[in-house]
Amino acid sequence: MDLINQSVKKWDHDPKISGAAKYVDDLRIKDMVHGKILRSTIASGTIKEIRIPTLPEGYLIVDQHDIPGKNNVHIVDDDSPCYSDGTVNFVGEAILMVVGEDMKVLDKILSEIVVVYEEHTPVLDMMKSDVIFYQYGYTKGDPDQAFQEADQILDETFTTGYQEHIYMEVQGMIGFYKDGKSTVRGSMQCPYYVHSAVKMVMGLPDQQVQIIQDEMGGAFGGKEDYPSILGAQVAVAAKKAGRPVKCVLDRREDITCTSKRHPATMHYRAAIKDKKITAIDAYAVYDCGAFTTLSKVVLQRGLIGATGVYTFDNIRVNGKGVRTNTTPNGAFRGFGGPQTFFAIEMFMNHIARAIGKDPFELKQQYLSKKGDITATNGLYHFDIPFPEMIEKLFKESGYPEKYQQYKHQTGRTRKGIGLSLTYHGCGFTGAGERDLIKGVVRLKKNYNDTVEILTAGTDMGQGLKTAFVKIVAQTLGVPMHQIIIANPDTDRVPNSGPTAASRSLMVVGKLLERAAVKLKDIWVSEEEQEVEEHYVHPEFTIPWDTENFQGDPYPDNSWSANVVEVEIDTLTGVADIVGAWGVYDVGTPVDKMIVIGQMEGGLLQAVGYGSMELMDANNKGVIRNNSLSDYIIPTAMDVPVLKTDVINNPYVVGPFGGKGAGELPAVGGAPAYVAAMESALGIDLHHTPFSQEDTLKALEAMKK
Amino acid sequence: MSGKITFILNNEKVESNGKPSDRLLDVLRNEFELTGVKCGCKEGECGACSVLIDGVLANSCVVALGSIHNCHVTTIEGYSKTKRFEVLSKAYANFSAVQCGFCIPGMVLASEALLSHNPHPTEAEIREGISGNLCRCTGYNAIVHAIQKAAEEGNGLW
Repeated sequence: MDLINQSVKKWDHDPKISGAAKYVDDLRIKDMVHGKILRSTIASGTIKEIRIPTLPEGYLIVDQHDIPGKNNVHIVDDDSPCYSDGTVNFVGEAILMVVGEDMKVLDKILSEIVVVYEEHTPVLDMMKSDVIFYQYGYTKGDPDQAFQEADQILDETFTTGYQEHIYMEVQGMIGFYKDGKSTVRGSMQCPYYVHSAVKMVMGLPDQQVQIIQDEMGGAFGGKEDYPSILGAQVAVAAKKAGRPVKCVLDRREDITCTSKRHPATMHYRAAIKDKKITAIDAYAVYDCGAFTTLSKVVLQRGLIGATGVYTFDNIRVNGKGVRTNTTPNGAFRGFGGPQTFFAIEMFMNHIARAIGKDPFELKQQYLSKKGDITATNGLYHFDIPFPEMIEKLFKESGYPEKYQQYKHQTGRTRKGIGLSLTYHGCGFTGAGERDLIKGVVRLKKNYNDTVEILTAGTDMGQGLKTAFVKIVAQTLGVPMHQIIIANPDTDRVPNSGPTAASRSLMVVGKLLERAAVKLKDIWVSEEEQEVEEHYVHPEFTIPWDTENFQGDPYPDNSWSANVVEVEIDTLTGVADIVGAWGVYDVGTPVDKMIVIGQMEGGLLQAVGYGSMELMDANNKGVIRNNSLSDYIIPTAMDVPVLKTDVINNPYVVGPFGGKGAGELPAVGGAPAYVAAMESALGIDLHHTPFSQEDTLKALEAMKK
Repeated sequence: MSGKITFILNNEKVESNGKPSDRLLDVLRNEFELTGVKCGCKEGECGACSVLIDGVLANSCVVALGSIHNCHVTTIEGYSKTKRFEVLSKAYANFSAVQCGFCIPGMVLASEALLSHNPHPTEAEIREGISGNLCRCTGYNAIVHAIQKAAEEGNGLW
């Protein structure tokens, strides 16, 4: 078993480092033309007229009238249009595509097209929206009574901002149409999501649609929903053009029109009696943007995590996802969790200070453990290894001593240190795996005894190929070079589900392990053989009731403990990050080096979310930070000490003891960072990201 | 004289059909089909399009073709044939430093630019040396460690 976490050379190392790997923009295809999209410049309105200049020969326009099927892109619901239906609902909405050979000519045509709008007043503030896309709530115990009997009630509002993925490779797709068949290839997390979207827009049956994933330059959730939209757009264009059409977004265009992490406003109340928390009441509003995309499930996950890693007897959680005239938000590593976890972690710090306790001691007092009843009246079935994780974390970071030491500083430079404890539920929420995904995998053994892995799983850099190959090779007891794994092509691979929700290793990896056991049993050398495995739901879980949010939303959680230390210059407001530490439980790490790479990368992203990654729109709904010059992500110099570790806590149901890993480190970085700022400034803070400007404002307010 | 821009591309003398004002990035990718040179932002912020121009690291998206007349341009396609690359590649592999891979060709050239000027950099110098190259996957540690290791293993090569 120990063999599984020994690191191997990554499966795709050589082609990627030598520059030989072909990403979608690198593909040269015979007769291919380019597509560029004309996008709305206003946040809300009706298109009265579109004036198109005389097009040079070989150039054409593709819009809603060219759609053979429905002008609805299937994601969770179907409200996202492929091309504008005559209304525009956010700045950046696709109106039409100009197609032709020369990019410079395309740019010229785009600049000459005039769109006449009838402008409507856009709704840009989520708190002023009266369109509710989704609304959920649940209760545990009797929060009303607890609030009635409380001797102190705390009441605070927390806000979290946008976060943009900044996958290094922008979104891009190529569409083909031949003999009544649509083929779409490019950068995507979920080939079968794109498959169902293209099917509906093109009005084609299953077998007439083929989706192929190309090498992917990062995703982080950002290529879960948007590729369905871009895929549908190039599919329509390719049919009209009669030639392959490539559309690769520009970076500014990508930031403007693709999904981001939902900004959220969260109102929390705590009932306190005899210095104990007797109830928590949370209300969260998530800004969905103009269309629903994945907001339904993002909001669900956010609400499930609203009381964090703690067990309280009485809880009420409610929340809604509302429509605004802004870019539709979607999946981003953590998927709704980073917002509510930020709120509860900050709130616990504030409650502690309000009742004269140490924040960590208060957190420890309510820390969930095996056998506890969860917020949704499910059960923590397995050991929650926080004690071991926290011990490791404190030893590495020196948190307890530093937290005491950094109280009551007065000099120009002040240090601060903050802690956060979080979890991420592994896999799809509720019975999604059983009822919606129904994952299938295949192993195909060739004459020469090589074995090909057939799943829809995509490698976006997280190491999926390497992990799958390791699981299959080790289960079969054959060397890794005997295993074949290619980027998925829906003509060849079964639907093992999307590459999302930290499910691939735990769910698809498990199916592969079972398939490999089956193949080993029937193995006959020099014979072609094939085995198939279907998803089986773990029997131990308390069934999830989606209506009432009751039961086990996830079979298990991955756990994280994070510390960030800062040093601020009170004259300039600049906060240097001294260090960031994280200790994680992802079950048995299947390849330790890959897992550490995930934890380090995720923690750095999360510290970015807490500190420097500012994004805002102006009063016309135009995103102001739509370039890498204006939207700042961490460089190698921003967190000079970044240390993460994992503990070994095998998950009995996972392959080789593994469970969800990818999203976990994205949850706890922001609350740890802002808690460090609280420690340095000596005040309570309520929003993320907390910028240099915010620091100066806070210092100014303290002088008054 | 043809008026065309000539330069030494990966040790070979070439002539471009491009205009002096064309982006070097576009010329390398489209005319010479060197797609290891990646485009991440087209405004000199991300470093994915890094190349070496006379041994100095540059973002090829903000270099005009006309300004490199007679210069030596090295892309990952040329550099990957060198002994130094082998050492770096092995070190990157040792730390699983290649995730999505999109920043990596540029990052490798940034590693080379650093080591060729400073064969034994400290960790802080490495972090500074690659600070013009954004990576969204790794958190940079694995890359920093790989460069440290390459500096040790390739002792004498730089």
